[in-house]
Amino acid sequence: MAIRDILTLPDERLKIPSEPVERFDRELTEFVADLEETRLAGPAAVGIAAPQVGRHQRIVIVDVSGRPKTASHGHLVLVNPEIFHWEGFEMGREGCLSVPDYTGNVIRATRLRLKAQDPTGAPREYEMEGFEARAVQHELDHLDGLLFVDRVVSRRTDLYRRKVYRKSGSSD
Amino acid sequence: MSDWSMLTLVGQDRPGIVARVTRALYLAGCTLGEASMLRLGGSFTILLMVKGSQPCEGLESALAPVATELGLRVHLDPLEGGLHRHLIPNFQVRVSGADRPGIVADVTEVLAEQGFNILELESDVAGDESRPVYIMNIQGYCERALEDLERALAPLGERAIAVDVAPVDVLIG
Repeated sequence: MAIRDILTLPDERLKIPSEPVERFDRELTEFVADLEETRLAGPAAVGIAAPQVGRHQRIVIVDVSGRPKTASHGHLVLVNPEIFHWEGFEMGREGCLSVPDYTGNVIRATRLRLKAQDPTGAPREYEMEGFEARAVQHELDHLDGLLFVDRVVSRRTDLYRRKVYRKSGSSD
Repeated sequence: MSDWSMLTLVGQDRPGIVARVTRALYLAGCTLGEASMLRLGGSFTILLMVKGSQPCEGLESALAPVATELGLRVHLDPLEGGLHRHLIPNFQVRVSGADRPGIVADVTEVLAEQGFNILELESDVAGDESRPVYIMNIQGYCERALEDLERALAPLGERAIAVDVAPVDVLIG
């Protein structure tokens, strides 16, 4: 396993669209392990995409399970992911390993459904919402050569408002 | 002291001010850092970090012609800070109530007692002149728990100020 170098803005390679994965082999498994190690090595990132380390293949990792009180599918390795249903929208503040020291507000869908393959090539389908859905949209953008800075609405308008579950049972 | 200065410009708003000012700064050999431009009460306001090869006095005289022409008041201060000093907010406080003097002081004193560092503050007066409503939105950083902030702010409710605190966070992906 090895930590890979993360490409940062204005590296043109971040703008290259990624190709689908066709070979689900040992090399892929090893790459995914490297990608995860790279994600964990930096500032607390909830996701990472293969093109961020210069590999232009449709592979992302998302894991929001470390965030308290957040709906999550746990640690997700999504290969050839494809969102086929979007619902709602919400503003939230994002940052990125590839854009150090900058955050901005981005509008994302609040609920989505997506198809993907796991690292063995098995088909998967997920339905997700909120912070996890946001993370997936952020990472999938990387596969199309987009960064959140391409979508920033305003730095000053509303921040992402986290759902607060109160002890009385009423939710905010 | 850093190489940066803080330039403040205020004047009647009209299209083209930013273009004219930044061109003059460029021609005077300046680099720009963080900036925040707002239109407040119909006026143009900007705060701009500038760094140049020449001292403050030189910069002021370089800006003088364009400032005179556009009717801008110019203020230039040496700056202690520099780039890459961002703090990330973890709380948002929304305030609203029938407008009266003292709302901002009442709310922000409570926040200050909790060690709350205000990073951004915007406010506006909505409604109409007969029934003005003061609305304020604050983002900041505080190490206290949400419940502590809510408890500290609760008494303001009895003085007809609606205050809502919510945690916010930034997705790093």
